[in-house]
Amino acid sequence: MSTNDWPLWEIFIRGAHGLSHRHVGSLHAPDAEMAIKNARDVYTRRKEGVSIWAIESSAIAASSPEDKGSLYDPADDKVYRHPTFFDIPDEVGAM
Amino acid sequence: MSDPLQFLLRMGDNSLVLGHRVSEWCGVAPVLEEDIALANTALDLIGQTQLWLGLAAECEDKGRDADALAFHRDVWDFRNLLLVEQPNRDFGHTMMRQFLFDAWHSLVLAALKSSENSDIAAIAEKSLKEVTYHLERSSDTVIALGDGTEESHKRMQAGLDRLWPYVGEMFLTDEHDLIDVTALRPAFDELTNDVLDTATLSIPTDNFTHKGGKTGARHTEHLGHMIATMQFLPRAYPDAKW
Repeated sequence: MSTNDWPLWEIFIRGAHGLSHRHVGSLHAPDAEMAIKNARDVYTRRKEGVSIWAIESSAIAASSPEDKGSLYDPADDKVYRHPTFFDIPDEVGAM
Repeated sequence: MSDPLQFLLRMGDNSLVLGHRVSEWCGVAPVLEEDIALANTALDLIGQTQLWLGLAAECEDKGRDADALAFHRDVWDFRNLLLVEQPNRDFGHTMMRQFLFDAWHSLVLAALKSSENSDIAAIAEKSLKEVTYHLERSSDTVIALGDGTEESHKRMQAGLDRLWPYVGEMFLTDEHDLIDVTALRPAFDELTNDVLDTATLSIPTDNFTHKGGKTGARHTEHLGHMIATMQFLPRAYPDAKW
């Protein structure tokens, strides 16, 4: 058997409570349950996580690299969208 | 309590021998994900071996450590079950061996968690977390392959037929056992019946049992070959460090 028979899954791991899940890579598995088990073995061997999400890669909708001009370039000169004009009190801590 | 040395050797040798067997798949498992999962299982078992044989060495008090027990005893001194020394053969056979051992192992560790010996209870508690995952994984694989294609079903049934005669030894008990392993048989039967039934596999009706592994009376011919490979390096290079 080869993994060509199995769908590809994208794996997201939450590193610690309070953090968001981050994409860590992909793997092959026959179903969602095995995808999570495989992710446990492949991506959390060194205590990297406290939660795993798996989603079939084919279910992800992605933007096209060719559209980057119209999608992202217009934001280049709109510096006022960054909240850099406020003084943030030290007590607020990391934002 | 009676001297736990023999029992500690049994626990340590089971995880050592199976850990080494499973590690033989490293780099050659059928798919990358299984390769890593098997390597993790092997490392869990070798880690447990360090604890069991470490405690055995302390208990023996002859200046040996876990490494000396693992690498400087010969085959007749090993006290592992015959099941775990059986060769890997194919992947299905390996997973069936793993499932039958995991089912037994999880019940034994659960019982040992309430041992009066606090060292033993602590090792059992730590190991049980790992073994609970091993059992989940091997059960899923046995079900997936047993209830899979015609070919995978045939191989899983062949594995079960070949390994079933080694199941009985896991439940034979004597004065060295710190727990009554015979009493664990009904729970084992319930667990394995459930999984094997879902996997559409038939348990052999013949209850003939090979024995002699845990007592050391008679190991199968496979153990000597495995130990020769396993012990070669530390015996040829006694001061090797890595």
